[in-house]
Amino acid sequence: MTDTPLSLIRNFSIIAHIDHGKSTLADRMIQACGALTAREMTNQVLDNMELERERGITIKAQTVRLSYPAKDGKTYVLNLMDTPGHVDFAYEVSRSLAACEGSLLVVDASQGVEAQTLANVYQAIDANHEIVPVLNKVDLPAADVERVKAQIEEVIGIPADDAVEISAKTGLNIEGVLEAVVTRLPPPVGDAEKPLQAMLVDSWYDSYLGVIVLVRVKEGRLKRGMKMRMMSTGAVHQIDQVGVFSPRMTPVESLGPGEMGYINAAIKTVADCNVGDTITDDRRPAEHALEGFKPSIPVVWCGLFPIVADDFEKLRDSLAKLRLNDASFHYEAETSAALGFGFRCGFLGLLHLEIIQERLSREFDLDLIATAPSVVYRITRTNGQEEELHNPADMPDLSLIEQIYEPWIKATIMVPDEYLGAVLTLCTERRGVQVDLTYVGSRAMAVYRLPLNEVVFDFYDRLKSLTRGYASFDYQMDGYEESDLVRISILVNQEPVDALSFIAHRTAAETRGRAICARLKDLIPRQLFKIAIQAAIGSKVIARETIGALSKDVTAKCYGGDISRKRKLLEKQKEGKKRMRQFGKVEIPQSAFLAALKMDG
Amino acid sequence: MRETEPLALYIHWPFCLAKCPYCDFNSHVRERMPEARFAAALRTELAHDAARLGRRKLGSIFFGGGTPSLMAPESVAALIADATTLFEPLPDLEITLEANPTSVEAGRLSAFRQAGVNRVSLGIQALDDAALAFLGREHSARQALAALETARALFPRITFDLIYARPGQTLADWQAELDTALSLVADHVSLYQLTIEPGTKFEALYRTGAFTLPDEDAAATLYQETATVTARHGLADYEVSNYARPGSESRHNLTYWRYGDYLGLGPGAHGRITQGENLFATRRHRAPEPWADLVERTGTGQTSQEALDPTDRAREMLLMGLRVTEGVNTSRFTARTGLELHEALDPVILNAALEEGYLEQSAQTLRTTPEGRLRLEALLGALVL
Ligand SMILES: Nc1nc2c(ncn2[C@@H]2O[C@H](COP(=O)(O)OP(=O)(O)O)[C@@H](O)[C@H]2O)c(=O)[nH]1
Ligand SMILES: C[S@@+](CC[C@H](N)C(=O)[O-])C[C@H]1O[C@@H](n2cnc3c(N)ncnc32)[C@H](O)[C@@H]1O
Ligand code: SF4
Ligand SMILES: [Mg+2]
Repeated sequence: MTDTPLSLIRNFSIIAHIDHGKSTLADRMIQACGALTAREMTNQVLDNMELERERGITIKAQTVRLSYPAKDGKTYVLNLMDTPGHVDFAYEVSRSLAACEGSLLVVDASQGVEAQTLANVYQAIDANHEIVPVLNKVDLPAADVERVKAQIEEVIGIPADDAVEISAKTGLNIEGVLEAVVTRLPPPVGDAEKPLQAMLVDSWYDSYLGVIVLVRVKEGRLKRGMKMRMMSTGAVHQIDQVGVFSPRMTPVESLGPGEMGYINAAIKTVADCNVGDTITDDRRPAEHALEGFKPSIPVVWCGLFPIVADDFEKLRDSLAKLRLNDASFHYEAETSAALGFGFRCGFLGLLHLEIIQERLSREFDLDLIATAPSVVYRITRTNGQEEELHNPADMPDLSLIEQIYEPWIKATIMVPDEYLGAVLTLCTERRGVQVDLTYVGSRAMAVYRLPLNEVVFDFYDRLKSLTRGYASFDYQMDGYEESDLVRISILVNQEPVDALSFIAHRTAAETRGRAICARLKDLIPRQLFKIAIQAAIGSKVIARETIGALSKDVTAKCYGGDISRKRKLLEKQKEGKKRMRQFGKVEIPQSAFLAALKMDG
Repeated sequence: MRETEPLALYIHWPFCLAKCPYCDFNSHVRERMPEARFAAALRTELAHDAARLGRRKLGSIFFGGGTPSLMAPESVAALIADATTLFEPLPDLEITLEANPTSVEAGRLSAFRQAGVNRVSLGIQALDDAALAFLGREHSARQALAALETARALFPRITFDLIYARPGQTLADWQAELDTALSLVADHVSLYQLTIEPGTKFEALYRTGAFTLPDEDAAATLYQETATVTARHGLADYEVSNYARPGSESRHNLTYWRYGDYLGLGPGAHGRITQGENLFATRRHRAPEPWADLVERTGTGQTSQEALDPTDRAREMLLMGLRVTEGVNTSRFTARTGLELHEALDPVILNAALEEGYLEQSAQTLRTTPEGRLRLEALLGALVL
């Protein structure tokens, strides 16, 4: 089999704000190219994780190879990379983009440009993509094509005159999109005779086949039976199968330059596959590796603990299985006096955290407690030693800290004018610094620098409720800055509850300390002994609450000789205690921790 | 183990004239009460178990229910005669019978006295007609007082039950009601706070919000005031809900609380019986007629007999023993359970509870203080391992 000529290949991705119709468009294109029969088409073919479908967000980048007979009489190979829309997965977006030459920028014609539209389009521009604007949902009465075109030109700064106007839902003008891909996006470049350079785009674990590696061939040719070499590690594997997604996995003999496909090579774990690595031919290796991507770095950490201590091993297994599919999330064992044995886990962002947690409970049937999310701080100790801090519990005494730095983000918030005041107040409360404030039609676009720490602390929820859900939000990491941060410990009867300690700016410490004490007071039922709840910075108590002892808890009833019943009740009570954590002489139901951690504010 | 301790004998009569809406005892209403059949079955069970246990000393007999005052006095007499023949009665054998103060039953009190009953327990429940109606009782306050009068003339020892912490009952109401009740007689009273039991009519009503109960703090105040009023009348709080003039405590119930041996006969009755190294928990079929069938076919209505391990015994002995003011005797605890007292307790909670004044400890006993008893369920739940 001969490889497809470069001029007949187009590699592209679709970028869009959530719900603007990216997945629907992908489905239509797959259908139009006859890759799947009508019966095989389930809606949103590319979103194949149950959770993805439910939430309508694409979590893992997916790819599909289409065959399109164009108006010029030639048949093109179109490789479509689906990308996640959310910033938490910016890293996955960037690597998908690196595998393509162009992007379709889908904008909902009834909504206009949104925060994620911007965040994603800037990444595509960074990746040197040719961009074709596509205005979707023109079937809606609220669609305003001219206004949205003007927005695209004004806000993004790309021409939108010949934007493709479609309805992915009704199938209107899908042909126009396919033609634009062929005529307006550039073909890949590369030389089939050069030594192999293929970019490792993604890898995941398939329970039947083992590790599957997604690659984009840049130079040379990738063949079945070849001994491949990972250039970063030098590891060599025999390639058992090469194939393409059409969208079912379909074996082929070889992949030439410009092509995308998969490799199955009896690799043990995804951890052996460094995304961004270059794969070459072991017999005839390339001289240089391709320019890689920056590795994905978790920016938000939290502890995950099983509610029932016996589930610890199950949690360990489940995390390992999840990591097989998602190398961007990290975990290490952690012990908490309050919550027992669990894991400290690192995520790309809050949505990522939520998704992993939900997958653990859904796919693995685990009841978990998650501690409050924390960002990664950098510390310089007085002895000059530098370290990263993933867990507030590990923060050294202030006297040992020379400097402490916290991560900042640059956030773009788009919001209808009437809610702007509330959003600006929220940003200011959260130590935000305004960078820009402009209008996109009747919507305001505020760009703020904010400490990430303030955003993981219930920012989304507040933003949503302040704007009745009309705001859109996206962010990117924007460096570290020195800050006046303190750790607030929560003590129950003088004993620190490690799981509840948190780091905050000194100016916010007291308010938050007081809020959490008050909340715990409501959550913890009265007990045999009185309970003192305190928030403290070091040894200085900044807030306190007391829960008085139970005033009466006895059944003054006649039981006669039925002692068995009393004993059974005691045994049941003991069983219930498995869901309690003991602090000296008092016990706190895990449900109280759970609720305290949930509140975030 | 001590098989030589006197045995307590409990005899359950599972029938009542009407089912009280708060009651979850094993009591049932029958159009025609099968008196003769059940009396005969009880005698069969007694003979059956006596044959198995041998001629042990007998310290008390308790006819409970249900409403055992609905039994024919002859049946009571026959059971007492059997028991005192088959076992070896102590000279001061205590024989209690629960009686409801309706006129039917009050009229039979003298016959019960003649049958050998020497202590009567009257279910007065309240001295207020509206409260009695709410409690679904078949008698008035006046009838209750009359029954008490009759009983006083007949029995050397009298006790009665009241239910308090009722909906809308104020502290002043209860003080007055209790004062009246205690001025009447009695060397002993059982004063129970109304509890909502699963499966009762009250549970359903309570859930729908038909009535409310005093909250935790109010219930605590009522409870504490109860001990003050009884003390003024010379009755000490010797158990969570039992008050007696010193020396007039219920010997039968003390056997439960001290975790002694007791034989339970009749539907649903429980027993704790020492045999050799074993302490058995026994239980009878709970449904009346199937119990009787079983007795008629096999001689006993027993459906389970389980040997209790040291942990079970320790738990049970603490659950009962810490209800009584005298507390748990440490050497008796070890003899009875095979464990040292400290092996059965959470040391952190023990120390904290001693410090807080919920418990008191001496070389020979561990006991609850009034403050400790007020929070007994929480205390036991934390303390008992
Ligand atoms: N009216 C209309 N609805 C559309 C159109 N395209 C997509 N949708 C709907 O918009 C919602 C989001 O679409 P989806 O493809 O999941 O968006 P994604 O989040 O960008 O992948 C779904 O309910 C689609 O049915 C369209 O052209 N017209
Ligand atoms: C075995 S019962 C009944 C004895 C007898 N049949 C009578 O009703 O008088 C013993 C006592 O338990 C008390 N009692 C029963 N159910 C109760 C409840 N739900 N709450 C509080 N006390 C209760 C009543 O005072 C009752 O007299
Ligand atoms: S309280 Fe007494 S009379 Fe009423 S149903 Fe229960 S056992 Fe029978
Ligand atoms: Mg989608």
